[in-house]
Amino acid sequence: MNVLTLIRKNLTRNTLRLVLNCFAIFIAFLLFGALGAIKNAFEAGVEVAAADRLMVVNKINFTQSLPLSYVNKIRSIEGVNNVTWANWFGGYYQEPRNQLMTFAVDPESYFQVYDDLVIPEQELDNWIKDRQGILIGERIANARGWKVGDRIPVSSNIFSQQDGSSTWEFNISGIFRPENPQTDTSYTLIHYKYFMETQVWGGDWIGWVPLSTDDPSLNEQVIKAIDNMFQNSPAETKTATEAQFSKAFIEQIGDIGFIIMSVVMSAFFTILLIVGNSMWQSIRERTKEIAVLKTIGFTAQKVFSMVLAESFLLAFIGGLLGLLAAWGMVNVITPLTQNFLPALVMGKSVFLSGLAFILLLGFVTGIIPAWQAMKLNTIEALNRS
Amino acid sequence: MESVMAQIMAVVRMNLISLPGRISSSITTLLAVAIVVTVLLAFMAMGEGFKKTMEGSGSDGVAIMLRGGSQAELNSGLGGDVFNTMSSAPGIAKDENGSPIISGELYVIVDGTKRSSQTQANLPLRGIGPAGFSLRKNITLLQGRMFEEGKTELIVGASALSQFEGFEMGNTVKFGSTEWTVVGVFDAGGSVFGSELLTDVRTVQSQFNRGNSYQSFRVRLDGDQGLQKLKDFIANEPRVNLDVTTEKAYYSDQSRDMASLIYMGWGLAIFMALGALAGALNTMYTSVENKAVEIATLRAIGYKTIAAFVGTLVESLVLAVLGGILGTIIAYLLFDGISTSTMGGSFTQVVFDFNVSANAFKSGVILAFLIGLVGGFFPALRAARLPVAVAFKN
Repeated sequence: MNVLTLIRKNLTRNTLRLVLNCFAIFIAFLLFGALGAIKNAFEAGVEVAAADRLMVVNKINFTQSLPLSYVNKIRSIEGVNNVTWANWFGGYYQEPRNQLMTFAVDPESYFQVYDDLVIPEQELDNWIKDRQGILIGERIANARGWKVGDRIPVSSNIFSQQDGSSTWEFNISGIFRPENPQTDTSYTLIHYKYFMETQVWGGDWIGWVPLSTDDPSLNEQVIKAIDNMFQNSPAETKTATEAQFSKAFIEQIGDIGFIIMSVVMSAFFTILLIVGNSMWQSIRERTKEIAVLKTIGFTAQKVFSMVLAESFLLAFIGGLLGLLAAWGMVNVITPLTQNFLPALVMGKSVFLSGLAFILLLGFVTGIIPAWQAMKLNTIEALNRS
Repeated sequence: MESVMAQIMAVVRMNLISLPGRISSSITTLLAVAIVVTVLLAFMAMGEGFKKTMEGSGSDGVAIMLRGGSQAELNSGLGGDVFNTMSSAPGIAKDENGSPIISGELYVIVDGTKRSSQTQANLPLRGIGPAGFSLRKNITLLQGRMFEEGKTELIVGASALSQFEGFEMGNTVKFGSTEWTVVGVFDAGGSVFGSELLTDVRTVQSQFNRGNSYQSFRVRLDGDQGLQKLKDFIANEPRVNLDVTTEKAYYSDQSRDMASLIYMGWGLAIFMALGALAGALNTMYTSVENKAVEIATLRAIGYKTIAAFVGTLVESLVLAVLGGILGTIIAYLLFDGISTSTMGGSFTQVVFDFNVSANAFKSGVILAFLIGLVGGFFPALRAARLPVAVAFKN
């Protein structure tokens, strides 16, 4: 009988206990995987933010507007590579409940700044030529089944046209895709000029100015230069990196990362108690056998590693099954969360940190019983019963 | 019958007295259940705390009017002419001078710095009419004085002040090119109004280039029929297109999204409860195994099967319910009354307090009881089925 067989026999000697422990570990890692994916989805905006992209907004708040003339002034600043601008449209499709995030942007420069979005050249050309054209993100295209060439009505819950209607008709010119699957594409883009000319108030104001710098190392310098340029003007600016901007936005909802991590940690702590106690118990029950093993020539180190291997094996069986189930679960719910959590995918990072936690769990639950088994005094143990 | 009861009591006593002998696994179960209940209660406390703030905000005697179809104040826009039309509408209560109690309101979103994260967050700088302050329920000036009409002065809600920096009494804040002075602090009895900055509506209109426009009108209703009269008037008046609702309904509606937090808490707690259940089963099976000789001996001297069954079940229930109570105490000590804020329906921060309610306590104990029941049931069956012969082994 080799050592592996011994470990396997030990693990399966009490099938019920094995099943219960595996199940507890399974649940912990199912929660870990699913919640990890959700946490990443919330933080995706920070994760995938381009290092060289900055956002300029009104210093009062990002919902306040800026003059269009700022765009050219910003373009002239040293270190600025490409500049574009955007406006919030407040769009919905048919029913106000069906929110359709829509930005009115400058078609020529938008994709220069957002160069991590991919769009076929032909579709981009068609959109630039068609004032009534709309570009839709891949996620929207998938969720609603829209295709290039479709004509769709998009309504605004803020703006209205000169004729009093608050619905605009658009032609779908193309579909843009992300380079990184975590990048959100659940929004649509329309022409800024067309929007401004048709809506009631008109004017030369814009919502915010995204720009890219020549190099991320210039970010600080560019941020200072922009904000200094507009200091003491009626519309002062606040410039931040895209990552900072996304982070602040998520913080407005709450410290979601902290809440999720607290839940995951309490689930792990519970499972640690349950499995650790059970491992300890099962080694205690086996005192005599371990004494016999030692008597027939098993070294203390060998006994130590056998017990530890048992707890690692237990953690791996339950943990891997749990991560696998989480992956399945995330895939099932992803289509349902398109609207409020578009970037929900269980990525490699969740899986890898799950593996690290499996190792940790195996170690923590096994180390004390393994130590006890190693230190076990053979003569005392055999005399005890 | 009486003797069966006596037998059950005897076994229960035996099991409970011998608990300290299985201290480590018993405490494991108890703590596992406690943690599950704590997680459940944390989410419920968040959801109920937010709900309490929103539902505590509205009054049935006040109505809010928005542009038809706009749904939220932020999207709404109303002209000065509509304000004039509505000022003479029926259904609105009059003050002692005979003027209608109506407040035209307009807010702009300004940045505050969240104390906890040091990030920028949306706060409403709300302009109100002369009647606006008294139209709000449970609102009192704590410190300083009221803002003066036409001046760039504002008063800050105590809730907003507790969570965000920059609006301390006496401070000057700059919005665009104008400086505003914080001249007072008000308390709004834990309602959503306390998360706002208030000032004169005309000042907001002029400083933010909003002409003579408003987003909402707030009026005191004239008796029970007030709302209906107002609705009838709006329906028959072609010059206005307004949605009207009571303030209470308006804010209750906004609390609905956060109710999902409570469901989320239940979802997580049920998953975790399954894990804890595995622990409870493990503990109880071991407990039955350890006491196999004692249980079989009792059976041998004539104790009924049911006594062994109930004895084991009660042990499990006691452990789980103690865990549930511990979990509630932990949740209460850790979370009750904690202030935090989240994005509300107006796209601005709403400050609220975690609220561990009696209702949450009940839910926690029920969940714990269920874990104890299932976790004890199967081991109890095994105890009841132990062959008498076990007593004579060894």
